[in-house]
Amino acid sequence: MSGRVMPYRASLTSREQVAVYDFSWPALILIPLVALLIQVFIPVKVRYFPVIDLPFMVTIFLAVARRNPVSGCLTGCVIGLMQDLFAGPSHPLGMYGIALTIIGYLASSLGVKIDVENPGSRFLITYVFFVLHQGIYYGVAHGLLRQTQEWNWSHVAVSALANALIGLFVFAFLDRFKQR
Amino acid sequence: METFLGRYKNLIVLAVVLFAQIIGLAVQVRRPAQVGETRLIRLWAISAVTPVEKAVLQSQKWVQNVWTNYVYFRGIRRENRELRAQIERMKVEDARLSEDARMARRVQALLEFKEQYVEKTVAAQVIGTSGSEQSRVLYLDKGSKDGVKTDMAVITPNGIVGKIVQVFPSSSQVLPINDQFSGVGAVLKDTRLQGIVKGSQNGTTSLQYIMSDEKVEPGEEVLTSGGDRVFPKGLPVGKVVSVEPGKDLFLNIRVAPTARLDQVEEVLVVLKVVEKAPDSKDLQPIRAADILAERLPTVPTKPTADAAANPKPGATSAGTSSAGAVTGSTRPSAGAAASTNKPAAGAPSPPGVKPNASAATPRAAQGASNTGLSGAAGGTAKPATNVNRPLNNAAEGTSVSPKRKPVSPASPPSANGTASGAAGTPATDEAAPPPRKAQPAPEPAPGTNPDQSAKPPATEQPQP
Repeated sequence: MSGRVMPYRASLTSREQVAVYDFSWPALILIPLVALLIQVFIPVKVRYFPVIDLPFMVTIFLAVARRNPVSGCLTGCVIGLMQDLFAGPSHPLGMYGIALTIIGYLASSLGVKIDVENPGSRFLITYVFFVLHQGIYYGVAHGLLRQTQEWNWSHVAVSALANALIGLFVFAFLDRFKQR
Repeated sequence: METFLGRYKNLIVLAVVLFAQIIGLAVQVRRPAQVGETRLIRLWAISAVTPVEKAVLQSQKWVQNVWTNYVYFRGIRRENRELRAQIERMKVEDARLSEDARMARRVQALLEFKEQYVEKTVAAQVIGTSGSEQSRVLYLDKGSKDGVKTDMAVITPNGIVGKIVQVFPSSSQVLPINDQFSGVGAVLKDTRLQGIVKGSQNGTTSLQYIMSDEKVEPGEEVLTSGGDRVFPKGLPVGKVVSVEPGKDLFLNIRVAPTARLDQVEEVLVVLKVVEKAPDSKDLQPIRAADILAERLPTVPTKPTADAAANPKPGATSAGTSSAGAVTGSTRPSAGAAASTNKPAAGAPSPPGVKPNASAATPRAAQGASNTGLSGAAGGTAKPATNVNRPLNNAAEGTSVSPKRKPVSPASPPSANGTASGAAGTPATDEAAPPPRKAQPAPEPAPGTNPDQSAKPPATEQPQP
C-alpha cells in the first residue's frame, strides 16, 4: 500500500497498519500555490467561489496523507500565512495561519487513527473541520483582535456542505500526486 | 528531559507555532501599518503573484477576443442597427440635457458654487480578490507606475466600487464598499439626508446614521456626498432596498450598490479630482428679464384663427426677434425639441397674453423657430407648412397657416416682409411693425422693461 508504514496505535480503522504517503517537493510547493492562485483569481469570474476554501482543503489533504502532526501543523501554518497575505490590510497576518495550523495538526492526528481514504470519511472530516476552521477564525478575530464578526450557523453549515462535496473531487484529483 | 520532549514533541511544536503567530498578531495590532504603508512580505507575495494573474488574464482575453472577433459575429449587423438607433436617441437626450446643464452652470456661476470634477482617470482591470469571504478586497492591474495612490476612488459607469488601500509597483488593492471595514460618505438623492454607507461581513451594504424619525422610501437613490474626501460628490452609490427601524435612534437602511461589486472586471481609478467653479465663459449671458419670463406662468394656447383674425404686431415683433435669433444660433436644444416633438420652453405660450415674454427668452425663441413652430411667432403652436419657405405676412402679424396660399420663394421680398430666420435671412425692422406702443402690453414683470424684453439677447446676432 505504501512505501512506509506506521505502527498500529489504537487505530479506529480496520487495517492494522495505516499507509503514510509522501509527496515530491515540487508537488508540496506547487499544490498549495496553485490552490491559492485559484482561490485568489477565480472569484473575479465566479461570484460565489469564495465560499469554497481550496487552501483549507489542501491543508487537510496533505495532513491526513502524511499523517505527521508536526508536518501537518507546519503545512497549515505556511498555507494559512500565505492566505493571510492576500486578505488585505485590515486582516492581520496570522488569522488564517492560526486556524490552519490547528486544523493541520488535528487532521494529521486524526489521520493516524481513522481511515481517511474512504469518500464518506473524507466528506465528514472536511465538513467537521470546516466548521471548526470557521470557529477558530471567529475566535481569533473576535477574541484576540476584537473585530466585529457575525456568526451565522446556517451560512457556516451550507458552506461546510459545499466544501465537503467539492472536497471529494479535489481529494480524488490530488490522490494522483501521492507517492508510495 | 529527552523523553519528555520526545513524548510531547507534536504538542510542543504546535504550541510554539501558535505562540509565534499570536505574538505576530499582537505586534501587528500594536503597530498597525500606516495608511499607504505596505508590509514587505505582502509586497513580495503580491508582486510574485500579480504577473501570473496578469498572464492568465491576458491569455483568457486573447481567447475571448479570438472567439468574439472571428467566430461569434452573428447578429452584429442587427446589433449595429440597434446601436445606431440608440445613438440617435441619446443625441436627442444629450442635447436636452446639455441645455439643462448650461443653465445649471450659469446659475452655479452666479452663486459662485464650486464643483468637483473628475479630471483624470485610468482604466484598470480586476485581476484578483482576497479569495475569502472574510475580506472582499480586489486587486487591480495598475499600480504606482501608473500614478495610482492610496485613497483614490475606484468607480465604474454604474457607480462607485471602492477606494485604493494599498499600492504596489504594478498592482493595487481596492477596498470595495461592501467590505466590513469600508465606509463612504453618502447622501440620499431626494431627501438629502446624509449618512455613511458601510459594508458588512456578509457583503451587504447599509446606510447608517439616519435618524429613525426621518422618512426614507425604498428605491431612493444614494449618492456620494463628497464628505469623505475620497469620492467626488454626486456619484451613484446604490439604491435603498429596505428601511427598518434599527437599534438606538437610527434607521436600518439596506442599500443595493449600483455597481456589480461581485462581478466587476473593469474599473476606473480617479487619479485627479479638481474643484472649480463651473466654466461659464462659453455660455451666453442670460438676463434677469429672461429668467423672469421663463418663470412666468403660461395660459392655454389660443386657436390659430384668433391669432390670424386679430393680428398682433407685438407678436410679430416677437416672431422676428425669434427668427433673428435662430439665424445666429444652432443650439442643440431646439433640435432636440424638434426631434422629440417636445415644444421648446416658451414655444406654446401664447404671445397674445405675454407676447414679449415668451419670445424674448432666447431659448424659447430658438426652440420655437427651430422646431418649425412658426406659430410661436404668430401666437399659435401650429407647425409651419415649410420652414424653409419665406413665411408670409410676418409684418402683418398673421401667423402662417397651412390653409393660406404659400408665397413662392421666387417672389421678391415685399414690404410685408419675407421674414424669417427659419429661412436663414434675418428679419428686418421693416418687417417688424412699428406700432408697438399701440400693442396692448402685458403686465410687465416687476423690474423688467417689456420693450427690453422683446429685444433679442445681446449676444445673439444683431438685427440689421
